[in-house]
Amino acid sequence: MMHGLRKWGMMTSVISEISALVGHVLSGGYTVQITVNVNGTAQTSDVEPRQLLVHYVRETLGLTGTNVGCDTSSCGACTLHVNGQSTKSCTMLAVQADGQSVTTIEGIAKGDELHPMQKAFMENHGLQCGYCTPGMVMAAIGILDENPKPTEDEVRVALEGNLCRCTGYHNIVKSILACANG
Amino acid sequence: MAVSVPTSLAEAVSLLSGAPDSVVLAGGTDLMVEANSGHRQIASVIAIDRVPELRTWGVDVVRRNLWIGSGVPYSTVMQPGIASLVPALAQASRTVGSPQIRHVGTIGGNLGTCSPAGDTLPVLAALDARVHLASVSGERSVGFDEFMVGVKRTSRRPDELITGVTIPILNGWQGYSKVGVRNAMVIATASSCLAVDTDGRSVRIGLGSVGPVIIRCGEAEQWISGRVDWSELSVSNADVDEFGLRCGAAARPIDDHRSTAAYRRRAVEVLAARQLRRAFPNG
Repeated sequence: MMHGLRKWGMMTSVISEISALVGHVLSGGYTVQITVNVNGTAQTSDVEPRQLLVHYVRETLGLTGTNVGCDTSSCGACTLHVNGQSTKSCTMLAVQADGQSVTTIEGIAKGDELHPMQKAFMENHGLQCGYCTPGMVMAAIGILDENPKPTEDEVRVALEGNLCRCTGYHNIVKSILACANG
Repeated sequence: MAVSVPTSLAEAVSLLSGAPDSVVLAGGTDLMVEANSGHRQIASVIAIDRVPELRTWGVDVVRRNLWIGSGVPYSTVMQPGIASLVPALAQASRTVGSPQIRHVGTIGGNLGTCSPAGDTLPVLAALDARVHLASVSGERSVGFDEFMVGVKRTSRRPDELITGVTIPILNGWQGYSKVGVRNAMVIATASSCLAVDTDGRSVRIGLGSVGPVIIRCGEAEQWISGRVDWSELSVSNADVDEFGLRCGAAARPIDDHRSTAAYRRRAVEVLAARQLRRAFPNG
């Protein structure tokens, strides 16, 4: 019995080594150096060509404020700004951000002073569990950049790419309108 | 996975001719979703979002044509510059995904994927747009009807890059309508673009999601073009209803996970009649 287990254990480790090797070859087995301006600071890193922008931000840079919800661009939790435009970072490769400027939720406050949109979300209880919040805030800033004084309907329509599974939309919309009028 | 990021059209075309098995990545709103969900194994990618030549658009005043580069995103198509010239294309672009997706998704990507549900495709079909392709051996253009040959199948050669489209600028009403299960972030169950060419006295209609390719309703178009009172710009209620039925008969819908053939045919009848009435408000 013991012998059998050891044998299986060994085989498993051999198989995992082989698959790691195959994975390495399939992935191209190389990294690419990219320099991205993230929240105002130039960041140079070696990344795998297939690395998603959201994984680069979260894992390579340790900026875990940007969440991954669906990784198929449906939910908007991973929304950040690329060159000032709201973008779903789960469907963009990190190498595509080389030389570009990226703003994440960590980059919008000025030191201890919250961004007006963060403040509006706080004051209007624009969050419940918080998972969608970073994406909501980044999408909301993008909405007001394009339409500084939206109506409630316009806010609801423009939020079509962001899901809140607590269904806390009412206060999110209220927060965005408060920020626009504040 | 190997990724190249060319920064000029010449470089992009030469990379593609050297590696025609590569997948061309524009906004990633189709391709990356497939890759992330494990539906597609991709060995080599050429990302063309940094090619400036593909991000231009402009008007040829003499030929009355609009040029839109394949890298122009939907959010730009929705701006007044393009929207005032081809309003149906702006309306179709507005129905794609969400703001984040419209910032990166492109006309060229919609053409490259060439799904029957691609929102801009019924517009390009109805307006007789031409698709421009470039390779190291030169450039060529094909009419949209020759470009789309099946479900997600095109006449693009693997070494060719889609560089853009030229769209005739017409005088007359045009619009895009879409049926889906909800308003936001939805893939069309059925869609329709109707365009009137007042100078040429013709009505055109392109249908999406109701066949393997975008369907132009040639017979219905010819019939209704002969029934419209072009001096009054009016059409009778009976003719509006009949036009809807004829377009429905031209559709080739199937039952699938998104809807049934019967529902789709009915949707076409309603959309076509409604759009015709909007084009000619006088009965």
